[in-house]
Amino acid sequence: MSVAVKKDFQQPKDFKFSKENMVKVELHISKYPKGRQASAVMALLTIAQEQNGGWIPEAAMEEIARILDMPRIKVFEVATFYTMYNLSPKGKHHIQFCTTTPCWLAGSAEVVRACEKHLGIHLGETTPDGEFHLSDVECLGACVNAPVFQHNGDDFYEDLTPENVVKVLDDMKAGRAKPGSQTGRATSMGIKGATTLHDQAKKAGVKDAG
Amino acid sequence: MPKLTIDDIEVTVEPGTSIIQAAEQVGIEIPRFCYHDKLSVPANCRMCLVEVEKSPKPMASCALPCGDGMKVHTQSEKAKQARKNVMEMLLVNHPLDCPICDQGGECDLQDQAVAYGYDRSRYEEEKRAVTNKNLGPLVKTVMTRCIQCTRCVRFGEEIAGVEELGVIGRGEYLEIGTYVEQMVTSELSGNLIDVCPVGALTSKPYAFTARPWELRKTPGIDVLDAVGSNIRIDARGGEIMRILPRLHEDVNEEWISDKTRFAVDGLKSDRLDRCYVRRNGRLEPATWEEAFEAVKTEAKKRTFGAIVGDLADCESVVALKDLMESLGAKNLECRQDMAQIDPAHPAGYLFNTTIAGIEKADAILLVGTNPRTEAALVNARIRKTWLAKRIKVGVIGRKIDLNYPAQYLGAGPETLAELAEGKGAFAGVLANAKNPMIILGAGALRRADGYAVAALARKVAEKFNMVKDGWNGYNMLHTQASRVGALMLGFVAGDAASWQKVDALYLLGADEMPVENIKPDCFVVYQGHHGGKVAARADVILPGAAYTEKSGTYVNTEGRVQNGLQAVFPPGGAREDWQIIAGLAAVLGRKLPYETLPQVRARLAAVNPAFARVDEILPAKWTAFGKDGKCDAKPFGAAIENFYMTDAISRASKTMQACTDAFVKAEEEKAVAHG
Ligand code: SF4
Ligand code: FES
Ligand code: FES
Repeated sequence: MSVAVKKDFQQPKDFKFSKENMVKVELHISKYPKGRQASAVMALLTIAQEQNGGWIPEAAMEEIARILDMPRIKVFEVATFYTMYNLSPKGKHHIQFCTTTPCWLAGSAEVVRACEKHLGIHLGETTPDGEFHLSDVECLGACVNAPVFQHNGDDFYEDLTPENVVKVLDDMKAGRAKPGSQTGRATSMGIKGATTLHDQAKKAGVKDAG
Repeated sequence: MPKLTIDDIEVTVEPGTSIIQAAEQVGIEIPRFCYHDKLSVPANCRMCLVEVEKSPKPMASCALPCGDGMKVHTQSEKAKQARKNVMEMLLVNHPLDCPICDQGGECDLQDQAVAYGYDRSRYEEEKRAVTNKNLGPLVKTVMTRCIQCTRCVRFGEEIAGVEELGVIGRGEYLEIGTYVEQMVTSELSGNLIDVCPVGALTSKPYAFTARPWELRKTPGIDVLDAVGSNIRIDARGGEIMRILPRLHEDVNEEWISDKTRFAVDGLKSDRLDRCYVRRNGRLEPATWEEAFEAVKTEAKKRTFGAIVGDLADCESVVALKDLMESLGAKNLECRQDMAQIDPAHPAGYLFNTTIAGIEKADAILLVGTNPRTEAALVNARIRKTWLAKRIKVGVIGRKIDLNYPAQYLGAGPETLAELAEGKGAFAGVLANAKNPMIILGAGALRRADGYAVAALARKVAEKFNMVKDGWNGYNMLHTQASRVGALMLGFVAGDAASWQKVDALYLLGADEMPVENIKPDCFVVYQGHHGGKVAARADVILPGAAYTEKSGTYVNTEGRVQNGLQAVFPPGGAREDWQIIAGLAAVLGRKLPYETLPQVRARLAAVNPAFARVDEILPAKWTAFGKDGKCDAKPFGAAIENFYMTDAISRASKTMQACTDAFVKAEEEKAVAHG
């Protein structure tokens, strides 16, 4: 696989930051000493991605290079290095499945398969209506609620099963999906109820040290 | 100064020296891929690992400064094992396609794998493949072979000044690429091929033509600009296969320009390989005897003038001078571009600061020159100095695209005149500089008021104290390899246009002369190696040798005398140039007093003792050159329009044509679209 940007979609001709975003851009640039404005490149890429519906077009990288007075290739290097920057359109709903070991042990492979079947696409693809894009990512840091997916780089949907994930997708399309645990558990509480080492100790008849 | 031992050899080094450099000083070789002594140190390949006593892990010797009392081992079990491991990892994704790789036989990876690696791999999984990139007509890419040393990226950033290559992606997907697939536009891009330690970047024109062990290597001097780059000419049989740079720290370091490297295919086409004599208005093949006789007949009736072209070696220039003077010729000329350069004042026509001296400058004024196209390696030095010290550069003349920031001051002599009075935007910079420089291009002198411009430039130099003890900041940048040598030999008589009146002309490779200015009844002898519009005007053609086909002396723009050796024989009936002139002299009854190359060189030294001092710079005396006078307000022109095609050889080169199409024309189209 090569990082070279796929060419099967339209790149917009121009990109300009919106007025509100320009304020943010200035703010980020002002954080760094003069002459070191290139340090703001990551922030600007993020803003551009948000403004452009979840992906960064070439025109935006060129605009950023211009604003920060740095070679375009340097912007490109940063944009290709971090997986959270998307260089091609990722649909209205970008679903990023965690497939790292803890999620995988908790059944992420089955969840992914259920989604692929439901949407009729594979990982790395977008539905023809442009609604959903599926991709796999490494650990999202929410292993306690595995399996997990991340929606548009922001919200986590947790405790997924091949059954509930299908409903989540349908709700999402209808605009009524709720992030968080899909089994109703509060935050990261243990699935077997509240347990602590104190209880374990008590059960085993060990005298509490505290 | 830290004192340390490397493999039990004691060595004392300058503070800040890295272990790899210290090892080099005592003759110990440490293998490396990413480290390159002219580039920054990223320490990312880990091939240079050594064992340092008291440190728990092997250390990257390229990035580790020497410390007092360090004990370094490059051959211990630990060091050897570390290198083997690195080697094995590097080869994991390498295709091992040496039999079909052009780098084979001169590949660092291949050599070091044999010397420091395992003899087999334990890796059985799939290897990754990387898409090739299109870097233009010069550099071929096979990116799967890349080991991500990033030398090419650093070369682009630090030397060539084109930030077009970069490291994209990460981890398993990391690769070298350009911004959304574009070509690398630099006049130094060929050096990427040398810099790349593996076969990822190789020469496109040379692809699959020869193996390094078949090549005969001859040290030569480049003549396609006036830098005098040291080159290595690689030939197989009678054919030049390629040109590579040869290290000369004071001239080209280890780089050469793309024209120097890639114009050689021009040596194979449009060559003159036999004599021609004009009979009944048509040029017909002739023998040497017939050709010489034809000249003899006319020489009895006419007085000759002579013009020396841009690629001539000093031996043939002095021979021609001797012959012409014995015939009573008055009009000798080496300034075929009619640049007003006064041969009486060497300080006025030399690059006095020297190329290496640029690194000591802290402000540079460019007048009527674009060093990027006129002398790419002088430009590389300016950039190097800018990179190290952020020096200030001012430009008078055309608005040019340089690869370092420069302040545009004005288009013509009036800006220069202002500076001479201490006024103008750049005056403060020059006044505050410790070692200010002025570089005057041929574009500034190639005009009727050239002497007045030179005088103005001299005044600027004097005004800002550019010439003082231990520093001469006045420089003329030439574009022709023969120019300084011919000036030193005094191949100038009469004013620049007086040859237009003579009734016989001897043209020694004068391919750039305005042929339309030759009188219609003038008898023209052309001696050179390429046909062209000047040769077509000739009445007698004598086929000469190109720079790779003769041992010749050349003087670069600094006044540095250098000798190149003959790599191959001239094609067909062509001969070495000074021998042709000597042969003709004998036929004309003016036998020259030398018969061998050492004798011609002795004659050179007799005419100008500087020729005895090979590769030395003799400081020129500061004299009042130029002529005071009024300058035309006309802006300074350019000495070179198209970097890739400046002379008979590069014009005949298909590769240079391809570069012109890819880079120059593309730029022009862009300009039109934007304009
Ligand atoms: S292309 Fe060559 S020089 Fe560039 S990173 Fe790869 S191996 Fe190094
Ligand atoms: S493994 Fe999936 S969130 Fe950590
Ligand atoms: S040469 Fe030292 S890490 Fe590459």
